[in-house]
Amino acid sequence: MKRLAAGLLSAISSAALIAADGQAVAEELLPFEIHGDAVPKALGGLSGDAQRGKQIILDRRKGNCLICHTFPIEDEPFQGAIGPPMSGVARRLSEGQIRLRMIDQSRINPKTAMPPYYRTKGLADVAPEYEGRPALSAQEIEDVVAYLATLNG
Amino acid sequence: MSVAMKQTVSGRASHSALAAFFCVAAVVAAGPASAGGEPLPSGTSFLTQSLQAQQSDEATNPGMLWISEGALIWQTPDGASGASCATCHGDAGTSMKGVAASYPKVYGKTGELLNLEKRINLCRTSQQNAEPYAYESDPLLALTAFIARQSLGQPINVQIDDASRAFYERGKAMFYRRQGQLNLSCAQCHEALAGKQLRGDTISYGVGNGYPAYRLEWQTLGSLHRRLRSCSYGVRARRFEFGSPEYLSLELFLAVRAQGVPVETPAIRR
Repeated sequence: MKRLAAGLLSAISSAALIAADGQAVAEELLPFEIHGDAVPKALGGLSGDAQRGKQIILDRRKGNCLICHTFPIEDEPFQGAIGPPMSGVARRLSEGQIRLRMIDQSRINPKTAMPPYYRTKGLADVAPEYEGRPALSAQEIEDVVAYLATLNG
Repeated sequence: MSVAMKQTVSGRASHSALAAFFCVAAVVAAGPASAGGEPLPSGTSFLTQSLQAQQSDEATNPGMLWISEGALIWQTPDGASGASCATCHGDAGTSMKGVAASYPKVYGKTGELLNLEKRINLCRTSQQNAEPYAYESDPLLALTAFIARQSLGQPINVQIDDASRAFYERGKAMFYRRQGQLNLSCAQCHEALAGKQLRGDTISYGVGNGYPAYRLEWQTLGSLHRRLRSCSYGVRARRFEFGSPEYLSLELFLAVRAQGVPVETPAIRR
């Protein structure tokens, strides 16, 4: 039931991205609370799906995470070496800590090269097709968090 | 095209290509440079050995087709004046040697910042009485590349002066400013992370010494502004127009920053 509700919510927020004339319109971000270096509660109370999260991190038009990070995924040559390796990330960070780093790593490290995946404000010269939209939806953030939480090896 | 190409492949040109190749190797051996010190490494240093060899061999460098085309345009009368480039400038090997290495440059009469493409079009409209070429059109790419080729191996030498300072500062601000949905500045990748692996690619130092360049991703020759537009797209930022004040200023900043790096047009880039 919870999954169904989450799916429904996701569908509604996706639909809101495209107006009738095909122009992208602003999407209201769901509120979240930061405690220390973490966002302990899931965005909108959504539950993440680890399998979907894995697809999102691989998708070059979505997370495209392998461009900077190495993941314990076979059959993916040429993984990035910019950010820290994701192997064992769940042992180093709590879900809440991972969530804030996904939402906007610059809140922890102002000089970070990691893009903010759930932020629409304070960005300069965003391409019109991405204006007012976060890089990932709330559901996609939760899916990725769920996947990363499985990397405890 | 192949006959024209043969004409361009002269002993002089291949000799300087070899010199440029060794020059690049020396820069790489010296390691990453800092501003004001050793010149920055050329993007060529991040190519495979075989691509480097292909670039330096005029018989295999695909960009040489545009150089041949540019050589023909240089000789061909155009516009109401009936003049060709050669009518006024003579042998490009003499008159254009080192010119590209000094661009972008402020045009004294108007105070406008011009890159090589814009300078060519100014010559067309004011001297030849011809229509300007469209940005990124084949003839403009060919003529730009042909003129830049006359500076092969010459170190980039663009100075900031009173006339260019404001443009330079604008370009510098753009280089260090975060932009786009991915909120990245040029500097974060091409300065702080240069030399590191971005999946299968190595992040370059953002040196434009090979442009117009034959980019494998494009399978054709393209301008530096086309490359900058790709970068903007990559961080999901607004793409400015070809020849826009934004990219011209950035081109100036990049050229000043690339002081001393030898011109390699037409380079091969990934």
